[in-house]
Amino acid sequence: MKAFIIKEIRHLLRDPRSLLILIGMPVAQILIFGYAITTDLKETDIAIVRQTNDPLSQLIIQHLDASQWFRIKKIETNSSRLENDFRRGEIRMTVALPDNMEKRLMQSSPLEIQLIGDASDPNTANLLAQYAKGIIRTTVAQSFPSQYSGIQVTSRMLYNEEIRSVFMFVPGTIVILLMLLSAIMTSISLTREKESGSMEVLLVSPLRPYEIILGKVIPYIGLSFLNAAIILLLARFLFGMPFRGSMALLLAETVLFIALALSLGIFISTITLTQQMAMLLSMFALMLPTILLSGFIFPIENMPLWLQYLSNLMPPRWFVVIIRGIMIRGIGLEYLWKETLILAGMTLIFILLSIKKFKLRLE
Amino acid sequence: MVILNRVSKTFGKIKALDEVTFQVNEGELFGVIGPDGAGKTTLFRILATLLLPTEGHATIKKHDVVQDFGVLRKITGYMPGQFSLYPDLTVEENLEFYARVFRTRVEDNYSLIRDIFTYLEPFRKRRAGNLSGGMKQKLALSCALIHRPEILLLDEPTTGVDPVSRAEFWGLLHNLQKQGLTILVSTPYMDEAAHCNRIALLRQGRILGVNTPKGLQEEYSLHLWGLKGERPALLLPLLRQLPAEFRVYAAGQEVRVACRERNGIEKIKALLETSEKWDHIQISLVQPDVEDCFIALMQENNELQYK
Repeated sequence: MKAFIIKEIRHLLRDPRSLLILIGMPVAQILIFGYAITTDLKETDIAIVRQTNDPLSQLIIQHLDASQWFRIKKIETNSSRLENDFRRGEIRMTVALPDNMEKRLMQSSPLEIQLIGDASDPNTANLLAQYAKGIIRTTVAQSFPSQYSGIQVTSRMLYNEEIRSVFMFVPGTIVILLMLLSAIMTSISLTREKESGSMEVLLVSPLRPYEIILGKVIPYIGLSFLNAAIILLLARFLFGMPFRGSMALLLAETVLFIALALSLGIFISTITLTQQMAMLLSMFALMLPTILLSGFIFPIENMPLWLQYLSNLMPPRWFVVIIRGIMIRGIGLEYLWKETLILAGMTLIFILLSIKKFKLRLE
Repeated sequence: MVILNRVSKTFGKIKALDEVTFQVNEGELFGVIGPDGAGKTTLFRILATLLLPTEGHATIKKHDVVQDFGVLRKITGYMPGQFSLYPDLTVEENLEFYARVFRTRVEDNYSLIRDIFTYLEPFRKRRAGNLSGGMKQKLALSCALIHRPEILLLDEPTTGVDPVSRAEFWGLLHNLQKQGLTILVSTPYMDEAAHCNRIALLRQGRILGVNTPKGLQEEYSLHLWGLKGERPALLLPLLRQLPAEFRVYAAGQEVRVACRERNGIEKIKALLETSEKWDHIQISLVQPDVEDCFIALMQENNELQYK
């Protein structure tokens, strides 16, 4: 088996271009996810509609403009003028302040502030409205503590106070990359042996199926682990992601997940004959469920019940929980033992299935 | 040593092997000769325990290829027809890998491969993918020998290799035979039959005959003439006009005509005299080679099947 591992490592090192892709791709992905695909809002252009220029409305405008989310592009007295700006996408939201706000507040008469959002991008519109509401409420409350008697709702986002999406994407990226790279790499490298005919010789050799399988898995555990480490380092030092939990536990869970992904790849290779088939199967069978059903983009709680059940079968779903738990919430094995056991069980099942399905002959 | 008893193999509707029966004696260099698609690779894979026969039995040293595949995999050296080494590993690394996979060391069995390895010595550090066809085959042979097997199964080792390397390769096989190995080798080249002690002619999954190359030629019961001329391409259609008992086929630059009767030559001459064009044609009685035997057996077999 040692000879097998040495051989695999030589294969990897002999092909520096593929190796570069295997290591470079995760780095590129995490950079893209971290920088480009972000749902964080920064300095969104908005417009204000107001009739009177009283101190309170001035204060609200000041506060909105000073926040990191908004930039006041225009101040109008009539909202109808803003329609074109909306259409051209120059502004994303309008805040319509009623006249004589201060006077109304003094008299405790109802005060209505209208937010008009561009809901062609509903998520963004929703977020903007939330932010604006918050700012306006605080401003009013600060200026008229006695008059502002309505129930004040303040929300605080635990663990990720600024709701930065990088916190969401890093675990997701790690999961996707490890899943795809590991599964594709092993399934391809095993089917390559089938295609090139070297499998014929390996089969007639005294090597046992488990030796062939483990010999394939072990070098790739190393490579995938290197990838995971690079992603984690980038997440920590480039994006300032917290590492609240135990580093050792995180790494151990990562190795477990890599082993799972690799055994899945090997299982795929036992049921496919060619490299293309293995590649397609790994991509389609693993990519979409990983992205859609792991809960890293779409919350599992929002899915229809049958999809929720289905997502339980997806290994990445459990690893996303683990990795978020350790990194962001800082919890330990005492809370994550269930997920860990599930992953370990799945790994065992796939390895056993692969050894069982592994053919001792060509047919 | 090797006994095949009515071995058949079907893939779906295709019958790749049809009741193949023959024996190989200990220490023999035995050739399985047949054109592409004759079933050679299927036969070798069954012997290498990689495929299961649909019907019939095969044993190597009394070990059944189906039940005792574990034992057989230790005592056989198998070289698949496809180049099965790792092109991105060097000659040395390939050899070392196979040695360790077969639980041995290169040094332990070096005596067996010394001959072959002298050819490869200058390329030790070269990647296997960059070797010439002949060198690749020699490396594959070394790898198949590395665990000192008792029987060698070589599937088309000389296909796609230049004539010089082919001759070298057969020389190496003769040396191995002298060291006591039993060797089964398949080839599509009829002219290589002479290198074997005995040969089996295989066509469409059926054995046409098993004999020594010489015995095969002696068994040849037809009279055979070779016709040479300036335009062999035109000669062939002309001679095809001969009656059905004549067999006409091209062999290299010649056209060969075989016939049961000795006086068949009179008919050939009569045909050639019909036109002045054929004046320069030379006719000579020729000794049949393995290909002639193959063609004769093939046609007999077809006639048998027809009846």
